[in-house]
Amino acid sequence: MSTSEIAAEARGHDQGKHASVGFYWTIAGILGVITAMEVAIFYIDALEPALAPILLTLSAVKFAMVVMFFMHLKFDSKVFTIVFLTGLSIGTFVVIALILLYQFLPRFAS
Amino acid sequence: MSDTAVATDHHYTATGLPTWKVGFWTFMGSECLFFASLISTYMVYKGASTTGPFPADVLNIPLTSISTFVLLMSSTAMVLALDGVQRGKKRLATFWLAMVIMLGGTFLGFQVYEFNHFVHEGLTISQNVFGSTFFVLTGFHGAHVTVGVIWLTVLFIMSLRGKLEPADALKVEIAGLYWHFVDIVWIVIFTLIYLLQ
Amino acid sequence: MSAHDNGIWSWITTVDHKRIGVMYFVAALVFFVIAGVEALMIRIQLWRPENDFISAATYSQMFTMHGTTMIFLVAMPMAVAFFNLIIPLQIGARDVAFPRLNALSFWTFLFGGIFLNSSFLFGAAPNTSWVAYANLTSIQFSPGHNVDFWVLGLSILGISSIMGGVNFITTIIQLRAPGMKLMRMPLFTWMTFVTSFILVTALPVFAVALILLAFDRFFGANFYEPNAGGDPILWQHLFWIFGHPEVYILILPSFGVISDVIPTFSRKPLFGYPIVVYAGIMIGFLGWGVWSHHMFTTGLGPIADAFFVASTMIIAIPTAVKIFNWIATMWGGQIRFTTAMLYSIGLLAIFTLGGLSGIMHAAAPIDLQQHDTHFVVAHFHYVVAGGVMMGLFAGLYYWFPKITGRLMDERLGRINFWTYFVGFNLTFFPMHISGMFGMPRRTWTYAAELNIALPNMLSTIGAFIFALSALILVYTIIKSAISGEPAGPNPWNASTLEWSIPSPPPHYNFAEIPTVRSREPLWREDERREIEAVTLKVPDVEPVMPNSSYMPILLAFGVALTWGLVMTGKWWAPLIGLAYVGVCILMWAFEDPFAKKGA
Repeated sequence: MSTSEIAAEARGHDQGKHASVGFYWTIAGILGVITAMEVAIFYIDALEPALAPILLTLSAVKFAMVVMFFMHLKFDSKVFTIVFLTGLSIGTFVVIALILLYQFLPRFAS
Repeated sequence: MSDTAVATDHHYTATGLPTWKVGFWTFMGSECLFFASLISTYMVYKGASTTGPFPADVLNIPLTSISTFVLLMSSTAMVLALDGVQRGKKRLATFWLAMVIMLGGTFLGFQVYEFNHFVHEGLTISQNVFGSTFFVLTGFHGAHVTVGVIWLTVLFIMSLRGKLEPADALKVEIAGLYWHFVDIVWIVIFTLIYLLQ
Repeated sequence: MSAHDNGIWSWITTVDHKRIGVMYFVAALVFFVIAGVEALMIRIQLWRPENDFISAATYSQMFTMHGTTMIFLVAMPMAVAFFNLIIPLQIGARDVAFPRLNALSFWTFLFGGIFLNSSFLFGAAPNTSWVAYANLTSIQFSPGHNVDFWVLGLSILGISSIMGGVNFITTIIQLRAPGMKLMRMPLFTWMTFVTSFILVTALPVFAVALILLAFDRFFGANFYEPNAGGDPILWQHLFWIFGHPEVYILILPSFGVISDVIPTFSRKPLFGYPIVVYAGIMIGFLGWGVWSHHMFTTGLGPIADAFFVASTMIIAIPTAVKIFNWIATMWGGQIRFTTAMLYSIGLLAIFTLGGLSGIMHAAAPIDLQQHDTHFVVAHFHYVVAGGVMMGLFAGLYYWFPKITGRLMDERLGRINFWTYFVGFNLTFFPMHISGMFGMPRRTWTYAAELNIALPNMLSTIGAFIFALSALILVYTIIKSAISGEPAGPNPWNASTLEWSIPSPPPHYNFAEIPTVRSREPLWREDERREIEAVTLKVPDVEPVMPNSSYMPILLAFGVALTWGLVMTGKWWAPLIGLAYVGVCILMWAFEDPFAKKGA
């Protein structure tokens, strides 16, 4: 990799703020705790009616944390966010649209 | 990786960003659609099987929780490996790369065990719709993990030979992005298949 | 091996976008002729009622391969040919972001196309239409290898397209010349950018649809198996979630071409540049929300139907906006009716007609009558053979001088255009009528009592005129390449950056990358002089370009091999192909494209 490419790579990271090892372990710890919570919630019968929204939210948080911090998207150029989010948002739309068409809409068909 | 930026002799880019990274994030956007389609297929077919075994009969939450945790820890090892390469700490980088491979391999081991167990319980890809959707979705995810393990093994060997300098950090970063991506896909799969049966 | 070589090995190992573009174009032209012959077989069979020129089984193969070939092996690759040839030149780059990946895309496409067409050698050409609805495509109802060739061949092609999309997105983001902000890019580059995003997002959905079908056929899965609880309609959903964005993949490049051609031959800048750009982006996004308008007859229910009726009608708006902008560009301009301009204006007229029949289809109650009739065949040929192809041919006549250094023969071009225009309309306009009278699609004959013999006869005559036009086109291309009038850097006095370098371009494109200050850099005198001072000079030291490489064709072969081995039905066979692919990837990764070769 040439000198200018190293420089480009460094510019890709947020100026100055280079994540410390401790920061990564903190994130890892939070991810582990959330996973444990998810499993625990799965076994708590009282929460069964609200299971889907709670678990979906928790996993969305884990997803976002890995993307923003481990994949460094939060601190990198917006270009990466745009190209990735284009795919992610269309993908999310496809999943929701198909679930709606199959699992929810038929109940209301005349 | 040097056929980047042929715009001028000076590796000029319009953004100042590494070209490989732009390409790779775009590719991951594309992979989102690949897994979204497989996940959609699983979700629309929930409850559609006319014959068993059904999810509740075979899915093992405690076991899969452990393998999920293992994969999450492998992502942690990955960022630490990258950090090691970036700071020129070659032995640390080699160690953490080995950890990623070991943890990733462990995850794959869990998957192989689970697949085998399911087949013994009578759940095959052709048995019912659940078998088809489950094995294809988790199978393709597992295939992606396998590719990642092979990729990282190549980097590990390079690191072991002292060939990974800070100037090579981009190579490790890209491999890391792939690895984390495979991890976040699993986060979605674990929630939708196992926790929200 | 230098890029100046002309031997066959230099072409096989090339990573030069201009050579790759030429190869894409030639391959697309060959497939165009093949698919055209398939069309003529259809038209001869439909010449009169209850004809027996070909059997029903052969007829099914003809319409399947005609559609599949035209979309995947002609229209898409021809657009990609222009992406390759023109994008780096328009943005001021020396090549694309990933030259070897670019070559890989080409060879993968070629092997995929050959694989698909090799099915004819086995008497097992695909025969379940280009949409291949489940569960006709199941082992139970399609026991032969026909569907296997289709599934595996298109999987190979999908990989080529996705890699190409990633390449062009990265190229356009990273390699624009200094000063070329996004809103200063030529429109063809903009539309290529949007198309590339659609490519990388839509093709994976198709890949999954194909994978599910492959698993059903080869490994006994139940994705489309009604007896096990599977739903054949899921195939339709997945196919059209890909299939509708696919038609925008088809048309946007052509819209981009005419957005560059019309201003040039009106001597006026594009009217409402930002609006045309935003309309293109809108089409790219809205295209994801309309797919079930292909499924109004499947019983989705009134709520789903209503949603898709509305979304389909709305998506007409950004296209209409673009049409008005093109017309406004010509208004008050100094029009030159070159062949490129004729094709561009032709697109405006023909595509609008296709859009009108499309709006009719958008109304679900009307569509229930039109679905699966020749009225639909009329609609999509108007937008594809009329819109897409006319735009690409406009691009051919426009950019041929840049790539070859010779002008295409304008007299022959006019003959080509008018035979195209007459042949096309004579072929497809009557189908609105036969369709309205109930002539079904994909049916090898029709009864005399239906009173649709006359429109069919007209269509067949038109098809032969259309075929004549294609022959004239091929002849014109060859004649012009050999003895066309030499062209300078800017024979059309156009405004965009590709016209600032010699024709044909030197292998490094730009001696020095110019700086751009406006949307029409060559129409501003001081900017033009500044740019041409650096682009037309001969450099003392030639810029270093990446070496040729064997890896793309070797890896492409591996991809085709792996998918082909799936056909054996043995789960371990593709793994052999994958091992070979793995070795190729490793060799590729450790190859240095800038290593000095020889002394």
